[in-house]
Amino acid sequence: MSQVDLYTLAGSTLFVIGLYAIIVRPHLLHKIIALNVSSAGIFFVFVGIARRVPGPVPDPVPHAMVLTGIVVTVSATAYALALAKRVYTVTGSAELDVSGAGRESQADG
Amino acid sequence: MADTASTSTVPVRVASFALCAGVGVFLARAVLAIPEDEPGVAPLVEAALPYSGVKNPVTAVLLNFRGYDTLLEIAVLVLATIGVLSLAVGRAEVLPRVAERADPVLSALARFLAPVMVLISGYLLWVGEFGPGGAFQAGSVIGAAGVLLALSGHARLSWMSGFALRVMTGVGFVVFLGTAIGSMLASGMLLEYPPGMAKDLIVVIEVWLTLSIGAILISLFLASATPVEELRGRMEEHR
Repeated sequence: MSQVDLYTLAGSTLFVIGLYAIIVRPHLLHKIIALNVSSAGIFFVFVGIARRVPGPVPDPVPHAMVLTGIVVTVSATAYALALAKRVYTVTGSAELDVSGAGRESQADG
Repeated sequence: MADTASTSTVPVRVASFALCAGVGVFLARAVLAIPEDEPGVAPLVEAALPYSGVKNPVTAVLLNFRGYDTLLEIAVLVLATIGVLSLAVGRAEVLPRVAERADPVLSALARFLAPVMVLISGYLLWVGEFGPGGAFQAGSVIGAAGVLLALSGHARLSWMSGFALRVMTGVGFVVFLGTAIGSMLASGMLLEYPPGMAKDLIVVIEVWLTLSIGAILISLFLASATPVEELRGRMEEHR
């Protein structure tokens, strides 16, 4: 297994860990953190891919894409945090209801 | 061990785990199938680098070869800022209170750090022409300096929450879009800079992008300064 394989596999694993937490965790803050973990996984994969070219200089195109991705992740996180804060302000809880019951009691918030 | 109060039910967790494991296996196979020692597009970038106006291939890709990526990126940033600002209520009143309670040690430290951070930001902007650096790195340092100043009570609060900051958040995108449209009128393609002008145009875009990104990061941070209880009270008032 080469170094590139190690990096891209680690990146894929991070992405999957984040994806699992996004689905399973009902707390909005957990979901936002999980989103950031999975984006870090994607950046990992891209940085690994950039290194697969022969020679000492990595491919600049995936690097530029990761830079763009980081900025988009930051802005998405900021907006998600603002929305989560609004949800908490209005309903008093930043947690989504996963029990399947009690939806009526929260509906009028 | 699992804290059942803060996670989903067991069937949901099992199904999600199976789904994620499936995605993981698929991804692992995909990344392992990527051939190594393939030059990809790197030689194309290298061949075109002398015409790009900069010496750092990453900067050349960001602001010249794939300039539309960066244009859309700053558009996303501006949109996110508009979204966050539209959710923020009553932040102007909060900032003086933050300044009042500022830690004196932090306050003294910020006096020394802020000018250094502005200097570092300028360096990062300059170094982006031939090495790792550029508008986004420089802008994030400016943003950090602004947040530090706000938290330590040094910032001109009228400036921090005022109209000027909002203009600054948009100006980078406007300058970039103007350059893109201008170069389209001059050479027929969006973001295809006229020959010989690439370097000057990239420098202009990067300077304004740096200031804009700094202002955007400060806005995103300060917009969420209002405590929840106060936010709740204000939303009741607006109803």
